[in-house]
Amino acid sequence: MITAGIDCGSKNTKVVILEGNNILSTASVLSGFDQEESAQQALNSALEKAGINREDIKHITATGAGMEAIFFANDNVTTVTSDGRGAFFFFPSARTIIDIGAEEGLVVKLDENGKVKDFGINEKCAAGAGAFIEAMSRALEIDIEKMGELSLKSTKQIPMNAQCTIFAESEVVSLIHQKTAKEDIIRAVHDAIADRNTSMVRQIGIEKEVALIGGVANNIGFVDAMNKNLGFEILIPKDVVSPEYVTALGAALVAQDKIGG
Amino acid sequence: MTKANYGYKDGSGEYFITIDTDLCNSCGKCVEACPANVLEMAEDELDPLSDEIIAIVSEEHRKKIKYSCAPCKGGDLKKLPCVNACEVGALSHSW
Amino acid sequence: MSKTESEKEYWRWTESRYTNPDINWKDGDIISAGVDVGSVSTQAVIMVDGEIYCYSSMRTGSNSPDSATNAMDWALEGTGLTLDKIQYVVGTGYGRVNVPFAKRAITEIACHARGANFIYGPEIRTVLDMGGQDCKAIRCDNRGKVTAFLMNDKCAAGTGRGMEVFADLLQVHINDVGEMSLQVDKEPEPVSSTCVVFAKSEAVGLLRKGWPKEKVLAAYCSAMAHRIVTLLLRLGIEEKFAITGGIAKNIGVVKRIEEELKLKAPESSIDPQLAGAIGAALFAKALIEKEHKKA
Repeated sequence: MITAGIDCGSKNTKVVILEGNNILSTASVLSGFDQEESAQQALNSALEKAGINREDIKHITATGAGMEAIFFANDNVTTVTSDGRGAFFFFPSARTIIDIGAEEGLVVKLDENGKVKDFGINEKCAAGAGAFIEAMSRALEIDIEKMGELSLKSTKQIPMNAQCTIFAESEVVSLIHQKTAKEDIIRAVHDAIADRNTSMVRQIGIEKEVALIGGVANNIGFVDAMNKNLGFEILIPKDVVSPEYVTALGAALVAQDKIGG
Repeated sequence: MTKANYGYKDGSGEYFITIDTDLCNSCGKCVEACPANVLEMAEDELDPLSDEIIAIVSEEHRKKIKYSCAPCKGGDLKKLPCVNACEVGALSHSW
Repeated sequence: MSKTESEKEYWRWTESRYTNPDINWKDGDIISAGVDVGSVSTQAVIMVDGEIYCYSSMRTGSNSPDSATNAMDWALEGTGLTLDKIQYVVGTGYGRVNVPFAKRAITEIACHARGANFIYGPEIRTVLDMGGQDCKAIRCDNRGKVTAFLMNDKCAAGTGRGMEVFADLLQVHINDVGEMSLQVDKEPEPVSSTCVVFAKSEAVGLLRKGWPKEKVLAAYCSAMAHRIVTLLLRLGIEEKFAITGGIAKNIGVVKRIEEELKLKAPESSIDPQLAGAIGAALFAKALIEKEHKKA
């Protein structure tokens, strides 16, 4: 049975088309002001890549911040559920899932069967999410894709006092004026956001294994900072699919459960 | 009753630790009880002409109090180590 | 945004200095000074026996110690008074530890309460100070002593910096923001995101929907005013209530706060941005008197 999961994120809308346990295709489109249109575009792109038609999909489940706007979906499911389902599929040993997106962060606790037993959401403050790194990359005039690797080249740890994205931008500008090495500044940026997120995870309670999903998981500098903060290595889905698709994958799996596929 | 509110409000909520500087008897037990070094003993900054030493939230934690206190927040609000340690009830958390 | 547009300084406000013609510092007993180094502006106030003798208000540069010195030099310009003749200088504000010639640093909360008491009188019990990178709510007694405070300097929402970001986004000069925000027939829904970063995206969406700039500004000022009011209510408001700091000059935010609280904030001939430095200068005087008592 072929199903599709649509993750309507605040920055990107992601689609995963699934058949049984096989991922047929993935697609990602910038979330525009018309959520449904973006979702449609992403779905079309994924259909094309998979070489199938819309009718071949038996069930579509939407998830993510903008899920309620997707009228063509059969149903929707909370991001917490999708995160849990998707991460567990990759790592059956995972008990704590951290999902960091563009505008919010989630922590989901699972039991040994992959069922959600607790969760926490960190939203409405950009400083704990991807928007923070993005704003800093603009202030530093560096490509966001390069932020991670540059942070690993840092030789000195410097403190970052500002806890707000807006104030941090001004702080970064002053650090640049003081001729601080960009790599050190970038590392401070990653340390700050990792610090905030590990605190939130500690509030919910850490149980190994810990998995990290969501777009920011692609940032090796951030992952390194998280590992250092936690004192062990976190699991990141790679190879099969990129971490930002795990939520959509989770939704597609939920769709399968629904139709018994 | 002189209340010092340390913390902030941002898009995700309001997070304040309130210390009543008049009630505080300078015993320092809350400082010892905190596992994150959020509290410390210092001059009363609200009354620059007095020489008393009382408990305050350290400058470095004021702007990230939500994160600094997160590890203790998993359980019951009334059982927070710092609140419990204070015998005169001068310390409270808003979340 | 083209390069020339980004160079337009939407945030620039006027710097000023002043000497009181009725005072001769040579006849004075106690000469004290306060320097308030903020993240956006710096003020230096010199007092003779507790009366304002001279002052300056200028933009804080990228170097705090220099800002303090520049503000002091400018305040003293043309007076014949020199730094060495000032008996005690207190530094306050964000950069207070960086005032090289200050004998002591005192938190701006205590200084603002004292300063507001001086500017608006002993009936003041609640002070709201809205600065460049912070927002303070202070309760005080009739002597200007702090009885409670609540400060927010973590989050840009409700601060001058947040307003600057919006002024930049809409390409409106910061001085005009207040007036423009009042040019609406009906108060629109306030912006739903408190976070300035998210509010920016929300504003872009509103502009695309065809909202005029005035309406977007109204929505933002409304959200800001509401946020500040909740902060104040947490502390509890006792009359009289005064507003100081840079945003006090933004009539769009001030009017909305007054409306929500059903209170009117008093005005004064003394620039409200000086409150911190005035309070610091008064503390300096009190500390001199304390030293004299001990001697």
